[in-house]
Amino acid sequence: MEALSETKSRQADATEPLLEVADLHVHFESSRGIVRAVEDVSFQVKPGEIVAIVGESGSGKSVTALAIMRLLPRLTGRTRGRVRFDGKSLLDLSDEQMREIRGRDISMIFQEPMTSLNPLLTIGLQITEPLTIHLGMSDAQATARAIELLQLVGITDAEGRLDQYPHQFSGGMRQRVMIAIGLACNPKLIIADEPTTALDVTIQAQILELMKDLSRKLNIALIIITHNLGVVARYADRVFVMYAARLVEQGPADAVFHRPRHPYSMGLLRSVPRLDRPRGNKLETIEGLVPNLANAPPGCRFAPRCPFRIDICAQEPPLARTDTGTLSRCHRHAEIADSKIAWASGGAGVLKLDVERKRPLLSVSALTKHFPVRTKIGNKRALVRAVEDVSFSIYPGETLGLVGESGCGKTTVGRLILRLEQPTSGEIAFEGTNLLTATPAEMKTIRRKIQVIFQDPYSSLNPRMTVSQIIGEPLHVYKLVADSKAATGRVTQLLDQVGLRPELAERYPHQLSGGQRQRVGIARALAMEPSFIVCDEAVSALDVSIQSQIINLLEDLQQRLGLAYLFIAHDLAVVRHISMRVVVMYFGRIMEVADRDAIYREPLHPYTKVLLDAAPVPDPTVEKARAPRLIQGELPSHLAPPPGCVFNTRCPMASQECREIVPPLVEKRPGHYAACIKV
Amino acid sequence: MLRYTVNRVLLMIPTLLGVAVLVFFLLRIVPGDVVEIKLRGDGGNVSQETIEMERKRLGLDKPFVSQFGDWMIGMAKLDLGKSMWTERPVVEEIAVRLELSLQVALMATLIAVLLAVPMGTMAALFRDTWIDYVVRIVTIGGLSIPSFWFGMLIMLTLLAFFNWLPPITFTPIYVDPIANLTQLIWPAMAVGYRYCAVVARMIRSSLLEVLNEDYIRTARAKGVYEKLVISRHALRNALLPAITVIGLEFTFLIGGLVVTEQVFNLNGIGQLFVQSISRNDFTLIQGMVMLIAAFYVFVNLLIDLLYAVFDPRIRYDT
Repeated sequence: MEALSETKSRQADATEPLLEVADLHVHFESSRGIVRAVEDVSFQVKPGEIVAIVGESGSGKSVTALAIMRLLPRLTGRTRGRVRFDGKSLLDLSDEQMREIRGRDISMIFQEPMTSLNPLLTIGLQITEPLTIHLGMSDAQATARAIELLQLVGITDAEGRLDQYPHQFSGGMRQRVMIAIGLACNPKLIIADEPTTALDVTIQAQILELMKDLSRKLNIALIIITHNLGVVARYADRVFVMYAARLVEQGPADAVFHRPRHPYSMGLLRSVPRLDRPRGNKLETIEGLVPNLANAPPGCRFAPRCPFRIDICAQEPPLARTDTGTLSRCHRHAEIADSKIAWASGGAGVLKLDVERKRPLLSVSALTKHFPVRTKIGNKRALVRAVEDVSFSIYPGETLGLVGESGCGKTTVGRLILRLEQPTSGEIAFEGTNLLTATPAEMKTIRRKIQVIFQDPYSSLNPRMTVSQIIGEPLHVYKLVADSKAATGRVTQLLDQVGLRPELAERYPHQLSGGQRQRVGIARALAMEPSFIVCDEAVSALDVSIQSQIINLLEDLQQRLGLAYLFIAHDLAVVRHISMRVVVMYFGRIMEVADRDAIYREPLHPYTKVLLDAAPVPDPTVEKARAPRLIQGELPSHLAPPPGCVFNTRCPMASQECREIVPPLVEKRPGHYAACIKV
Repeated sequence: MLRYTVNRVLLMIPTLLGVAVLVFFLLRIVPGDVVEIKLRGDGGNVSQETIEMERKRLGLDKPFVSQFGDWMIGMAKLDLGKSMWTERPVVEEIAVRLELSLQVALMATLIAVLLAVPMGTMAALFRDTWIDYVVRIVTIGGLSIPSFWFGMLIMLTLLAFFNWLPPITFTPIYVDPIANLTQLIWPAMAVGYRYCAVVARMIRSSLLEVLNEDYIRTARAKGVYEKLVISRHALRNALLPAITVIGLEFTFLIGGLVVTEQVFNLNGIGQLFVQSISRNDFTLIQGMVMLIAAFYVFVNLLIDLLYAVFDPRIRYDT
């Protein structure tokens, strides 16, 4: 193995690098002082190679890309170092020379397909623009090439779509258009900055497979910037791991994933929930927070969070070659190689997974929600069937995972249970009381027992209230405490329960990190002493290392307080980790319900299979061995739902029958339900 | 789009009806009487009977509801009635002044837009440089200096340096364009300054916002010429919000130039408005309020339709 990677790297060394970044530094002047966003970053990319830059938010990965493209804001950004691309030193070129390279030799694909295309210009113009500018094509030539490009990225009826505007395309289709623009002039290098983060997992797989195929076919080097380790494992030849503005480890994907030689890469890989590993233990975590780059600690940036910290770590470690051929910025990489030091197992032990299923805490039956929408002025109203005939039960102390892609109705189910929306029909019973017919007095007691944790810790806390006011408010409203002194005591206790220091009580939300804010959200929910919490994408906005801390906290609280959770999420691995039973939804309907292990080990419904297939796992060996099995097509329009089984338009097994019969949810095996006539 | 337009035009009827009811009854609640002012205003000793007779002649003795009905029936026939003071048809009284006011408003808009677009754009592109500072100072001036005072400065300058004042009699542009323009260019400049300041600031801030959008970064990443990034990608998006401001300012100019018209000695809508209010000339006031209300509604519709033309995301019928 070692010898193999050695020869591989020697072979690669023989070719001249296409891109060579050396000692790259980027500083931003801000009101808080100078933010060193990228420091001393050096790496090379060879022609036709696929590399990935991984890191959490604020690690400097996107800034590195923008610095290479010289697209950083002129007034505040300062770039220093050397960037050689194809024999040219990019940082020394004039603006005009740099413009000629952008879009022609290096193109870039951005994260947000919704906002990255100009809403007022046609797709056709936006694709032909680089062609006429860089290659001097005539309008007719450029249009012909644009049609060819759209076909290349898998957009049907390319000619007809040239005159359309971005809002007429779905998110996945827009990202395809972005790729078409990127490919327009046959570039030598494409930089893709989180190209699929905003997309659903099935669409993500389509887009990444497309990019990989095109890169191989056209010999284009690809830099994928991402925080998703599964994506890296599946697509990258080499990996650059960034942490707090520095490159901490780089090398072949196999080596970095299987034998990481930097404590941060080790910790990161251990803290991701995995689809391919049995679960039963708590997640490993990296304690602490990412340092503030305006005032970074001297020496090793990771030292404050590193379990292997010793005296020498106060000095900046060099990027040294390790036994596996990777480069690691750790003083102790040799000791890691000799297995002298390793991350201690989280110490949290095994989780209790089974619950007694006697009387359900909450049961939902035949829940349906239709939203009327006006399509035309004066026209009759159309219906969006957001939730259709959904039934499930949650027992005390249980976690029910609710997974599905965007638009599947999972969030609406949560909102219906919280009674933020009124269901069209169906029943929701909590501890035997029907929520829809409950009196206001009954509702008041029930509201206390059902709480919610929202996705976005940035916008779900009132910015003008301190932490103690946010947590204390429900205490006063529901008169759960005698006086304000008791309230302060309770707030301190709650903060302690979610692992926050009492001093934070007087801070405002903007003074907290994302993880801390989410903890405040949890403390606020706990203040009501609930027995049931709806977690709506509660960890989706958080970085991997913080996400695992919050998941562990939720599990801890469940064990201590006997809480039940409805855990709504799109991340299959996270749901697998936290849930005991899992409900899979698609297009407003339940596709499959089963115990967690059953659903992940032996999924019955074709949609569940497709979903599990599309999600890459952070293991290059597994991923490279796996043949791409792709789900075609996109979510159908909510205004024109397909007849019969809602999944029939994308299902690999669909037949004529599926277009006629709406499959009922049937118990195919004990406790394992699926809505499919083919299984 | 056609159906939407027809719908909106039909919706104008209830809106204007509401305005009509409001202005009609409010006028009659307020104390004061046109006949009193007309006959006794100069201190003339007129008998009560004469007054009553005059009131009867003008129809003011009828119940409010039937007066309102008469007015509505007239309006349906596009007849706004006669001025209670001059006895000339309201339409005629307004038409003479509207020509002038409309021309001043249009010229002011033209001046404002022609200056504001480059000013706002330059200020945004060269943010925090001397260009931006100059534009910001000039526009703050435009917002804070009253138009009539700026108008007076213009007049005094003309007088002091050229010993010349613009003509005071209105010549329609189709009769003698030069005489017309030498009279109206000055008030148009005076009000255009403020107008231009409002629009320029709007364009500056919306362009700054647009320049931070992801699609601008995309355009630069494609290697689009910087000039094209601004003109094709940024400016179009930035001008959208300016359309609203331009339209609303324009409608204001139709009836709102009371003092400026005085300074330049113009016989415009603003002057007529003040005059008719001080005379309690009900029919004329009503006619003018209806005219200005109709302008507002119409210009608003025009703004909405322009949005649909410039922004493909807005489609009113599909």
